[in-house]
Amino acid sequence: MLRLEARPSPSKAMSLLSPLIALVVTVLAGIALFALLGKDPSRGLAMFFVEPFRSAYSISEICVKATPLMLIGLGLAVCYRANVWNIGAEGQFVLGAIAGTWVALHASPASSHWIVVPILLAGVVGGMAWAAIVAFLRDKASASEILVSLMLVYVAYQLLNYLVYGAWKDPEGYNFPQTITFADPTKIPKLLAGLRVNVGFPIALVAVGVFWLFLFRVFGGFQMQVGGLAAAAARYAGFSSRRALWVALLSSGGMAGLAGALEVAGPVGQLTPYVPAGYGFAAIIVAFVGRLNPVGVLFSSLLMSLFYIGGELAQSRLGLPKSITNVFQGVLLFSLLASDTLIHYRVRWHAAHSAHPSKNA
Amino acid sequence: MLRLELIDISKQYPAVKANDRIRLRVEPGEIHAVLGENGAGKSTLMKIIYGAVEPDEGEMVWDGRQVQIRNPQEARALGIAMVFQHFSLFDTLTAAENVWLGLDKSWTLPRVTQRIAEVAREYGLDVDPLRPVHTLSVGERQRVEIVRALLTKPRLLILDEPTSVLTPQAVQALFATLRKLAAEGCSILYISHKLDEIRALCHKCTVMRGGKVTGEVDPRHETNASLSRLMIGAELPSLEHRQCTPGEQVLAVHALSLARTGAFGADLDAVSFEVRQGEILGMAGVSGNGQQELMAALSGEDERAPDDAIRLFGKPIGRHSPRRRRHEGLHFVPEERLGRGAVPSISLSQNTLLTRTEPVTPFGWISVRRTTALARHLIERYNVKAGGEQATARSLSGGNLQKFIVGREIDAHPRLLIVSQPTWGVDVGAAAQIRGALIALRDAGCAVLVVSEDLDELFEISDRLVVIAGGRVSPSVPAAQATREQIGQWMSGLWNPQEVAHAAA
Repeated sequence: MLRLEARPSPSKAMSLLSPLIALVVTVLAGIALFALLGKDPSRGLAMFFVEPFRSAYSISEICVKATPLMLIGLGLAVCYRANVWNIGAEGQFVLGAIAGTWVALHASPASSHWIVVPILLAGVVGGMAWAAIVAFLRDKASASEILVSLMLVYVAYQLLNYLVYGAWKDPEGYNFPQTITFADPTKIPKLLAGLRVNVGFPIALVAVGVFWLFLFRVFGGFQMQVGGLAAAAARYAGFSSRRALWVALLSSGGMAGLAGALEVAGPVGQLTPYVPAGYGFAAIIVAFVGRLNPVGVLFSSLLMSLFYIGGELAQSRLGLPKSITNVFQGVLLFSLLASDTLIHYRVRWHAAHSAHPSKNA
Repeated sequence: MLRLELIDISKQYPAVKANDRIRLRVEPGEIHAVLGENGAGKSTLMKIIYGAVEPDEGEMVWDGRQVQIRNPQEARALGIAMVFQHFSLFDTLTAAENVWLGLDKSWTLPRVTQRIAEVAREYGLDVDPLRPVHTLSVGERQRVEIVRALLTKPRLLILDEPTSVLTPQAVQALFATLRKLAAEGCSILYISHKLDEIRALCHKCTVMRGGKVTGEVDPRHETNASLSRLMIGAELPSLEHRQCTPGEQVLAVHALSLARTGAFGADLDAVSFEVRQGEILGMAGVSGNGQQELMAALSGEDERAPDDAIRLFGKPIGRHSPRRRRHEGLHFVPEERLGRGAVPSISLSQNTLLTRTEPVTPFGWISVRRTTALARHLIERYNVKAGGEQATARSLSGGNLQKFIVGREIDAHPRLLIVSQPTWGVDVGAAAQIRGALIALRDAGCAVLVVSEDLDELFEISDRLVVIAGGRVSPSVPAAQATREQIGQWMSGLWNPQEVAHAAA
């Protein structure tokens, strides 16, 4: 009989191994899934773990998709460490995209390339503003940030639809729900000609460093985490829980908004109803698989991005449904949560008879 | 024939051998003490007897028959009853309803109520079965637990640290009940680390240290020194307590009234007292009488107090945040170590940052080198046994973590130190060290306020004593002139001469 036994102290090795165990379980689940769908599992796995690395183009695509995941995941990691459960990054992403669009629509082909900076700043402010609603309602009315942030996602979708079907619809767009293609100077500068990867990726890498410093070297970051780990200790120390709430939501909202602006002025180039591609939700998985650690988020966002690319390849080359990407992401999160049990517990084999001692009485 | 005999009982936990070949022999009608420090393995042993924990090895003999007790129901069927240190009563139910819950279904509530009254009368336990538990004092709650145990007509009653929450008068009443029970043939296992009580009450004493039995003695023929040698392997260190010379007023609390925040605390009612430089003011009282509320108001965790109700060096600070108060020289050690005084999951060096900002640069950067150095300094100076500065707070024993936290606050050179339950759940050696550090701090001219349930401790270290009861604070009395009887009476809220006369009438 297998039994879980509490460890005397949490295992450090396991907390690092757990994401790897989760990845192995996900791969095994993938093999079973491909076999059940009647596809060659080795071909299927190659779509996810080999093919994406075979061309500069697909490597660039990994970076393109990893950028928003990394940016949003970083903000969420800070939030969750402060025990603030913002699950509405998707809505903050949409508001960032809308705010960035608003600036981009003011540009003309003659504008300076520096217009990109106000576009990105507008994105940050848009995301922050959306998250500020959550912080305000939690602060003043003790409203659950989980519900408010999630519901605001759907409000953001409707706001986006209202704009692209109405006020901002391209008059020459054959009535498609989308804005005009942004003027050239608003395009986020690309790193290499011919590839879609742009300066968003190095910005995200710098953000990894900044967030790492904030969490582990800045007193304000420390105070926030104490509030998340032990609220009574934070009160005793005199660390403000209100400040932690606002900083957590504003920073995660700002990062999601930045990702939204980068997306709309980068790979997409116009505002459409398809700009929100679920990055805000996928980034929740990114944050947890990355152990709420900025460096971990760097790797987990690349991994999640790999699943997106692999899913697309599996669709085009093997004729599998694209939703296989979501299945992979879901299995990864579930196996991670399951393997996290091993951080606090270890599995012991108990022979059946020793668990039920014989009766002497 | 022995009532209970344990032969070579062992229990291994993942990190520690809690019981190592324990032998215990209890006669019928014997009050048998199990003496040991926190962590000596007493509680594990009692849980094994009560069937709540399964031993790895060893035999248990009950009335000459070998038995295996697999759960508390089987223990109760044999006639073993236990009164836990932390009571398991529902606050919103009456005493009778609480007792009824634990009995088998055949009993009716009126019959239970009647039996409680009978048992209470028979053993001199003053219990009103119809009162809701949340209106009962701690002593009354304990009596409900004891009555509940007695209803099952036990042949062995286990009491875990029963006097830790009682006034001296209530302790005497409890002893009278226990002696009567023993005279009727019920065996009693009395778990404690209080030497005086054991010598006054018990016929036999099994001493445990580090999971092993270190002696079985007749406590009536022992001294505190000989018992403590068995318990901690050394004599209790005695404290040098010189006469104090109080200086200027440091803390002045004036007519502080504050409503409770939780449902079961106490409202502070016009609390007034002062603490002077170079003295230790001890505040006695049974917990739940407003200590929590007063501590939160003094530390700044509760900022609702009127500004001028609390003055530090004459300046009103009632609405200052905890950080601002620390800046002004007021440091505080809370009674909960894990989760309030320290964050369990982070390292000792990070835990210094809760109250110490020396390692933080003016721009808000944390110097890792300086936090580590500060933690190392505290570990060395206060003799904290820990796996280094990077060990998590949770990995330390209660006594060592308390030494670290008290050390962290003393080392900040406070001008007023407020300590709540400084040695609660702390082993004897660490407790003596902490008390010594508090006295040294006083001698250095700091004002110290110690809130404790442990009267021995307060008499040992205080210069003046006050009592908190029902959210009110008594006038102070010099410790040298106070008697335990007087303080015990005050702990029931009776310090007004008229009230005392009225109560006596």
